[in-house]
Amino acid sequence: LQATYAASVPAGDYADDELLAKALSAREPGAFEFLLDRYHGQLLRLARQYVPSDAVADEVVQETWLAVIQGVDRFEHRSSLKTWLFRILLNTARTHGVKEKRSTPVAMTVDDDEPAVEPSRFRRFSLRGRGQWKVPPQPWSDPEMSALAGETLATIDAAIAKLTPDQQRVITLRDVLGCSAAEVCDLLELSDSNQRVLLHRARSKVRAAVEQKYAEGVQ
Amino acid sequence: VSATAYVCRQFVEDVTAYLEGALPDAVVVLVDLHLADCPHCREYLAQMRRTVEMTGALTEHDVDTMPDDVRRRLLRAFLESDQ
Repeated sequence: LQATYAASVPAGDYADDELLAKALSAREPGAFEFLLDRYHGQLLRLARQYVPSDAVADEVVQETWLAVIQGVDRFEHRSSLKTWLFRILLNTARTHGVKEKRSTPVAMTVDDDEPAVEPSRFRRFSLRGRGQWKVPPQPWSDPEMSALAGETLATIDAAIAKLTPDQQRVITLRDVLGCSAAEVCDLLELSDSNQRVLLHRARSKVRAAVEQKYAEGVQ
Repeated sequence: VSATAYVCRQFVEDVTAYLEGALPDAVVVLVDLHLADCPHCREYLAQMRRTVEMTGALTEHDVDTMPDDVRRRLLRAFLESDQ
């Protein structure tokens, strides 16, 4: 089927939202295939954070694609095509939503219940500087990091899976899928500061997991 | 707050806001002074940046290809959706 329809727009141009939207409206098969290739994996990754199983995630993504097809002529460029897709996915996922456990982020303070770094790694007494590092981070050397690259990615994936649902969604949209802070606030209906607190906690925990993996690997 | 009162334990909580450009200017000054002085916090900052960068590489390893029959069905639905 793919071979019978040669795309009339070179694939490179599909990287431009406006051209891609036009090509989709004109029902160019290449444009839709470009969307599938580029976003199917991303949509699955996001869907898995909303529903309890991979099977349901597959279903949600397929429904999303059907909704995209129905809505393709209504894309209005108020957001990027990517966030438009993500929004459709989130709406679809929420109708299947089982994992809707929202944690309420509170303002960041040093006495947080979720400190970024184990408090025991800082000095407690003022003699040599209270609050300064007692067990500082060990530098990550490039050769070691490269040697551990595959394992590190698995470590990051596992660390993200252990975060609270809100933290998972924020770090996935921001750092894995490359959305801006404003896009994430909009998609997840979060305030600037809550988005940042969730991102902070998520990134801090992921860094800590990589640090631990690195220490084990270097031993 | 004097520069000496700014401590590592605070920096690890401010690092995301620092990277996001969300700290008040006065605090940025304190953080920059602290970083100039503290190799451990410079390392911590570098590790946070590295972590973000590596997290961004996760999708490169996704191998979620769509089953052929699903792909054909969606493509057909797309082509037939033209009113």
